[in-house]
Amino acid sequence: MVERPRRRFLPFDPWHLFLIPLSAVMLLPLVWMVVTSLETEAQTLHFPPILWPGTPQFVNYLDVIRESAFGSWFWNTTVVTVLVVASNLVLCTLAAYAFARIRFLGRGFIYFVLLATLMVPLQVVLIPTFLIVKQLGLLDHLGALVVPNLVNVFGIFMLTQFFRTLPIELEEAARIDGASRLSILLRIVVPLSLPALATLAVIQFLWTWNDFLWPLVTILTNQGAFTLQLGLSTFQGAHNTQWHLVAAANIMSMVPLIVLFLLAQRYFVRGIATQGLKG
Amino acid sequence: MARVAFDRATKVYPGPVVALDGLTLDVADGEFLILVGPSGCGKSTALRMVAGLERISDGTISIGGRVVNDVPPKDRDIAMVFQNYALYPHMTVEKNLAFGLRQRRTKPDEVRRMVDEISRMLGLEELLRRRPGQLSGGQRQRVAMGRALVREPQVFLLDEPLSNLDAKLRVQMRAELKRLHERVGVTTIYVTHDQVEAITLGERIAVLAEGILQQVGPPQSVYDHPANVFVAGFIGSPPMNLLEGTASAGRVVVGDVELDRVRAPDGPVLVGIRPEGLRPVGHDHAGAAFEVGIDVVEPLGDEVLVHGSIDRLEGAVRMPDAETTLLADVDGAGSNVTIRLPPEERPSAGSRLRVGVAPNAVRLFDPSTGLAIETT
Repeated sequence: MVERPRRRFLPFDPWHLFLIPLSAVMLLPLVWMVVTSLETEAQTLHFPPILWPGTPQFVNYLDVIRESAFGSWFWNTTVVTVLVVASNLVLCTLAAYAFARIRFLGRGFIYFVLLATLMVPLQVVLIPTFLIVKQLGLLDHLGALVVPNLVNVFGIFMLTQFFRTLPIELEEAARIDGASRLSILLRIVVPLSLPALATLAVIQFLWTWNDFLWPLVTILTNQGAFTLQLGLSTFQGAHNTQWHLVAAANIMSMVPLIVLFLLAQRYFVRGIATQGLKG
Repeated sequence: MARVAFDRATKVYPGPVVALDGLTLDVADGEFLILVGPSGCGKSTALRMVAGLERISDGTISIGGRVVNDVPPKDRDIAMVFQNYALYPHMTVEKNLAFGLRQRRTKPDEVRRMVDEISRMLGLEELLRRRPGQLSGGQRQRVAMGRALVREPQVFLLDEPLSNLDAKLRVQMRAELKRLHERVGVTTIYVTHDQVEAITLGERIAVLAEGILQQVGPPQSVYDHPANVFVAGFIGSPPMNLLEGTASAGRVVVGDVELDRVRAPDGPVLVGIRPEGLRPVGHDHAGAAFEVGIDVVEPLGDEVLVHGSIDRLEGAVRMPDAETTLLADVDGAGSNVTIRLPPEERPSAGSRLRVGVAPNAVRLFDPSTGLAIETT
């Protein structure tokens, strides 16, 4: 079909008329938070909201670090998140490869049962999981946040589906070339699955980093095991909330997420997996 | 290098579907054997069984005198080129070539030397740093060949390696393959559905249909003496003409034409004549001749294909194209024939042509079994 040159009324795509205000709406809370983090306590309570604080109060950030155990929370969250993400990448990859490529008795059934657990809401398993963690003696300990999340069914599901799309001939060629199962997984499958693995890592990182409910339930009294999300909630008192400090702490807790997203962004563009095949 | 022997090798898939039925076939050391047949005939299955990618349900396959039924692919000392090449997309050409050697813990300078040698042989030196995605189809094909040859395997397996190339490149690579085999001399099993490739490349061709071996032999002898109507229809393009005839008192008659110098036991017969076995003759021609009404004329440059039907002949047989059925479709067939002529003898559509039968051009088949009848 011949493409007709369209008459343009605007120097840009008309969609932008819709998308630009939409992005403004999306960005507004973030901007407001940044502004709030630079205000004095009095300014945060002013109505209507002050949109520019005049002299930015960078001291708020120092106050957060000085007056709270921010460093400890940040460290705890980092440890938990890194462990959970790493173990998920390893264990989900192994399980998913087995489901995708190895024939064994009951494969379909086990896969189905695993998938079925995805449909059970968190509220239903909260108490049983709590009791198991308690039996393991992990309550009030960072282990309570790591152990139940070592492997995630969603990750297995996602990687299984991805592995199934990889051309089987690549693995057959590697088998003939003398590679073992593990070698095929490490040298062929994993390198070709970096986009999927990066996506899984980011999703798991977000979930773990931002998780509030599970730490709230399992970290009861041990302030030394508080994560960022638990720590941030302590700024919210029963009678007053120091919004400028909440905002500053929130911004600092978001930095790793933003960095991670920028780093992993290029892997989201999936593409190299099928290039070795016919052109 | 090694001899490959199939001994009643059988593959049954759950269902059960018999993909390969008791294949017995010897591939001599250093031979270039072609497995040819229509899709679904079991040729790729047979190849994958040699490679160890499919389990052997029954019978044995041996490589170099060793039964390999339970030997994993990596210990069979074979190399395979896949239809889609299966190059590792995340590795450079160099790493693709070296992968198999590295997996076998070859010393690094040895790997270097072998990769250099094979890339010189296949003209890949300029491409070593590129990834498969940056190569053309022909280049990928050569890398795939290189990856298989670099390990100096005992047996070289090729699964339709040229089918993804365009027609021109295919002809070029075909010649290159033949040269390569003459140089390396490794035992090669080559799977294709393309009978032209089969005839031009192989020292011997094995024709498969429905998992059953139909005929093995040098290409010319398979072409000249097809063992049954399936082979007659599959090998050769256009296929052999098959006409219904009768033998009585030692003479073979098609319609009202009695064929010269052909003898067969009494009863119905199928008369097979290659398109080049029919030659235009004048009215003074003494021997057997058919009157053909011409429907379509296809000039091909170096030759002309003439499609027509024989007068006063009902129930002639037409081979369904590349059908897997062993028996020709005898009823309701018409009396169509194809004639191959030199370009200067090009007739016009709608005209009539009198054709004689070239000496020794007639093959006879038993219509009930489809098998060739020895002509005397």
